[in-house]
Amino acid sequence: MAPSGPLVWRVAELDGVPAADSLGDEVFFPTRARYIEVATALCRAGFVTCSDLCAVDYLTHPDRALPEAVRPERFEVVVNLLSHAEVRRARLRVMVPEDDPVCPTLFSVYPGTENMEREAYDLMGIRFVGHPDPSRILLPQDWEGHPLRRDYGTGRVPVQFKEAPGPR
Amino acid sequence: MRQADPDARAAGDPEVAEPGDLAARARLVAETDEGSQQLVRSDETGRTELLIEQGGVLRIPESDALDPDAADATFGAGETMILNVGPQHPSTHGVLRMMVELQGERVLRSKPVIGYLHTGMEKTGEQLTYVQGATNVTRMDYLSPLHNELVYSLAVEKLLGVEIPPRATWIRMLMCELNRISSHVMWAATNGMDLASTSMMIFGIRERDLVLQFFEKVTGLRMNHNYIRPGGVAADLPDGWEDDVEAVVDTVGARLGDYDNLLTGQPIFRERTEGVGVVPAELLVALSATGPLLRAAGVPWDLRRATPYLAYSEVDFDVIVGSAGDCFDRYAVRLNEVRESIRIVRQILEKMPPGDYRTQDKKVTPPPRARIDESMEALIHHFKLFTGGIEPPEGEVYVAVESPRGELGCYLVSDGSNRPMRMHIRAPSFVNLQSVPALLRGGLLADMIAILSSVDPVLGDVDR
Amino acid sequence: MPLAQSWNGLESLSHNLVTSKLEDLVRWSRRSSMWPATFGLACCAIEMMATGGAEYDMSRFGMEVFRASPRQADLMIVAGRVSQKMAPVLRQVYDQMAEPKWVISMGVCASTGGMFNNYAVVQGVDEIVPVDVYAPGCPPGPNTLLHAILTLHEKVRTGEILRRRAASGAGAGVDLAAEVPGWTQPLATPVHLGTPH
Repeated sequence: MAPSGPLVWRVAELDGVPAADSLGDEVFFPTRARYIEVATALCRAGFVTCSDLCAVDYLTHPDRALPEAVRPERFEVVVNLLSHAEVRRARLRVMVPEDDPVCPTLFSVYPGTENMEREAYDLMGIRFVGHPDPSRILLPQDWEGHPLRRDYGTGRVPVQFKEAPGPR
Repeated sequence: MRQADPDARAAGDPEVAEPGDLAARARLVAETDEGSQQLVRSDETGRTELLIEQGGVLRIPESDALDPDAADATFGAGETMILNVGPQHPSTHGVLRMMVELQGERVLRSKPVIGYLHTGMEKTGEQLTYVQGATNVTRMDYLSPLHNELVYSLAVEKLLGVEIPPRATWIRMLMCELNRISSHVMWAATNGMDLASTSMMIFGIRERDLVLQFFEKVTGLRMNHNYIRPGGVAADLPDGWEDDVEAVVDTVGARLGDYDNLLTGQPIFRERTEGVGVVPAELLVALSATGPLLRAAGVPWDLRRATPYLAYSEVDFDVIVGSAGDCFDRYAVRLNEVRESIRIVRQILEKMPPGDYRTQDKKVTPPPRARIDESMEALIHHFKLFTGGIEPPEGEVYVAVESPRGELGCYLVSDGSNRPMRMHIRAPSFVNLQSVPALLRGGLLADMIAILSSVDPVLGDVDR
Repeated sequence: MPLAQSWNGLESLSHNLVTSKLEDLVRWSRRSSMWPATFGLACCAIEMMATGGAEYDMSRFGMEVFRASPRQADLMIVAGRVSQKMAPVLRQVYDQMAEPKWVISMGVCASTGGMFNNYAVVQGVDEIVPVDVYAPGCPPGPNTLLHAILTLHEKVRTGEILRRRAASGAGAGVDLAAEVPGWTQPLATPVHLGTPH
């Protein structure tokens, strides 16, 4: 993976977006307002495919390491982009507040995020504005709640082990 | 579930107001109804959603755009039929439910409905320690469990910053390539059976059993091995493994000729797969497709070559790329990937280095079992590792490997404790399913079976 | 038909005829050709397919024909974890099967929820359908599945299963004693099939 210079030199929209290095990966922290603009710019700069989009709930770990200019929120939408030509990955982490769990959709830039955003809505409860099919994908239609949130219990059924005699 | 009882009806039971059959059927349909997750009539579907179901997602000029009103406008209200395929059906890809709108035999729109195998593995991953995590992850893509374990272990090791001894790396590579062989051969079996060749099923399972017998010898289990763990592998290869592996690859390599006889040259198979399910490569890239699905369309993207992990930069192999992007190309890509994997395994047989099979770092690796009897320190260390576990520093990491289905990634967030704060697996089949509506559009219903089979979804991976 | 001079009842014909009780014949035919419905869900499904393959060969027990249509199937091998979304579908398929029908719960996920004790997995398929044999394992190898199948076959052959069904009120509600004149309740024959105890 031979990076051809920091991305912020080539992509003007990354100017002013806080950046960090996470174990060798480039991570950017656009705000919700600039998220689609930054993603579109990266798409034009060669990051043709979105490897992965997921949501993370930082309820139990609010004081994680973030750049100075980024205000921590409960939820994060994490997008991993990939450039085939440069063999390079970039990560976007968008802060999404708890009282307004809404985020713009990446579908218009990367159609491959359709299922991923539906899963993030289903399991984490973040609504993606503008998504063409904002329905649940993994859980039954009438399910209530978003199980992957840290305050949703595991749903564990208590198991008893009794000293019952066996059939033989 | 009560059967509709005519006597109850006579007695004025309010639940059975209609004639028995209809009420029971209505109740059954209501119970398995998934509302807006399903394919609904085109006049009830949004415009963009209609485009997705027809496979038109790329941004193209307005003039070339597929106008849903125009394209299927020739078909009136009663001329199309919405058909439900699954989730229980014999096309043995698991519990995938496909809903298609047909005009005669032609597929106009389609929508996969998934979630019938959702196991909450990402939630379970947050409850298990890092030492236990591989047992959970291994059951996601159950046809290539070692790849799941590998990506999880690589992510944990990257967070920890530990170095793995070379022998462990080469053992991992050997097991993963053998797993690729068994997965592709099993795919060939189910693909053959979907296209009505039951002999292919028997052949494929026979080859897969050979590889699984070797796995049982090394890991103790035929499937879901929990063998590749953070820090290395669980146990060293047994004595005589070189002969076993050589026997396996020699046999599988020779029997690939059987597959060629049975399928590759056979007119019926070729007619059913050539030219079927072709979409442009740009569409697949935009839909984040990876693996043989993408390579058959001509995009030479293979993580083993592009971002080499383990020791793939030290072995010689070719990336198989197709040209036409149809079902036959996907079949040919996978068959030739088996040959390339055999080639890699032969090189591993020669180049396997001696040494430790797991790192000596005490924070990660338990002591050898015999030492526990001798040393109190080893006993305490073993206890702490299996109750408390590994505690990587805070951070987040994304690691991806090339599984037989495509890019398998693990996004791991650690908060410094002994359990992951968030473990997300980027499942290749989940993402590849997005390409299915585009692949099915315009084909016959019979082609749907061939196409779904060639996309190779494993529902454990899709639903997690 | 002309009788031989030394007519000695049925013994004279014994080299030409096989006689048996009707129930025994029915039970023998049921267990010798018990067709499974395709209900493979997860990893266990792959082991079930391996059991149908050449090495472990369910065909010797008359079972390699997996029927896709539940109407034609006798046995539902629930192979794999049952998610909440799949549960009504499972029940629907079970209801569509015709009597007599049996259920093998293959694997720990189908038997008790397995290692997935969480919101998404039904903790044992016996919450939804009545199970006749449980096969533990994660996944149970083909040997274990065959053991489970043979246990079921023994239960069917000795009639133990129908006897318990009639007693508990499950099944099709056929009361053999009332309907078949001269039918006698077979003695309880516990099934031991090779497991040391």
